[in-house]
Amino acid sequence: MSTKPIDALALAPHAANPMLSRPYRVQKVRQETPDTFTLELEPEDKQPGMTFAPGQFNMIYAFGVGEVPISISGNPAQPNSLVHTTREVGTVTRAMRQLDVGDSLGVRGPFGVGWPVTESRGADVVIVAGGIGLAPLRPALYQLLAARKYYGKVVLLYGTRTPPDILFRRELQQWHSRFDLEVHVTVDRATGNWRGNVGVVTTLIPRAPFDPHSTVAMVCGPEVMMRFTVQELEKRGVALENIHLSMERNMKCAVGFCGHCQYGPTFICKDGPVFRYDRLQPLLAVREM
Amino acid sequence: MENLERIITEHPFFAGMTPEHLRLLAGCASNARFNAGQFVLREGEEANEFYLIRHGKVGLEVYTPNRGALTIQTLGEGEILGFSWLVSPHRWRFDARCIELTRAIALDGKCLREKSESDCRLGYELLKRFSHVMVEHLQSARLQLLNVYEAH
Repeated sequence: MSTKPIDALALAPHAANPMLSRPYRVQKVRQETPDTFTLELEPEDKQPGMTFAPGQFNMIYAFGVGEVPISISGNPAQPNSLVHTTREVGTVTRAMRQLDVGDSLGVRGPFGVGWPVTESRGADVVIVAGGIGLAPLRPALYQLLAARKYYGKVVLLYGTRTPPDILFRRELQQWHSRFDLEVHVTVDRATGNWRGNVGVVTTLIPRAPFDPHSTVAMVCGPEVMMRFTVQELEKRGVALENIHLSMERNMKCAVGFCGHCQYGPTFICKDGPVFRYDRLQPLLAVREM
Repeated sequence: MENLERIITEHPFFAGMTPEHLRLLAGCASNARFNAGQFVLREGEEANEFYLIRHGKVGLEVYTPNRGALTIQTLGEGEILGFSWLVSPHRWRFDARCIELTRAIALDGKCLREKSESDCRLGYELLKRFSHVMVEHLQSARLQLLNVYEAH
């Protein structure tokens, strides 16, 4: 019988080397909207799945095509099913959309700083999401709802282009029917028999039911949407240090080596992607950055 | 009337107005109720009132020959519907149709226009408040035009 000790690194080399992908297999593919889809993945090595914090992201490698950063959109309490929701916009995400159940992908991560969910206990929480920005916020919402009694009011304000672009539609309906969660959805352009709100997501903020003096805001969406959202939150009286944004830049290595996502003195990949607004404010004012 | 005066006095839109002006506004106010599907305003008609929405939802619509009625904005509880009563030629630019049962306070804009001609302070106070509403609508429309959720 061999007495050779088990080499933990040989079993899970990705654990020690953040540049090394771990192979995952596609469990489920779900088309969410005309241009957005969700992949549910499981580790091929059958080892325990990935634990992550809401707001963190992974580098997803479509073999032979390339690697892209994508936020985790699943439930942090279910680490064995890794869920990513993304739009089909480039070569890599188009290749990902072609994958079928059983196909393989490489995954590196999780990376970055997530949403301050635990730190927000005792306060009201307002989540403002625009378009695909709801995906990185969904894990935060799962975690808030799992520990609902520790928070004041929890409000989700979600805006997107048109009714067919509404992400996680079934879950939004379930959340809407809860008594302990306030959900408001709006679209920029109404089509069909839409009877909901029409207008940009910022128009939902003035009348949203939260106490601005005791509120933590988590905001994710296109940068221009986040800018106007912050203005509205500030008008309501939410302190700038209680507003958190998830930023997006060209992330490559994901560990702060390559500098592709450098944003002033910070790296979006390792210091973010979630930042406190008051720390980001001077950088956002620099147009060339 | 007492109830209407209280609602108007407590409404944030009129915060800071003098008791005399608030009484005057209450004198020009009446309760209004619209069923789902009912039009509150029709494009091209004379604009002689505005509404404080107390409950419900109203869609601003524009009718296009090929696509029918398009909702460009919705207004709900606490919001102000209508500012064309204040701006010449005092005609509505859009249709406003209730998406659900809506209760509102209607204010007689024609009466307030006339009173504002002789009471510049009242006119200025109203204009300040409605400028704010107009700017909010303009900023929202600009953001909608940006189409920020489009993939680039």
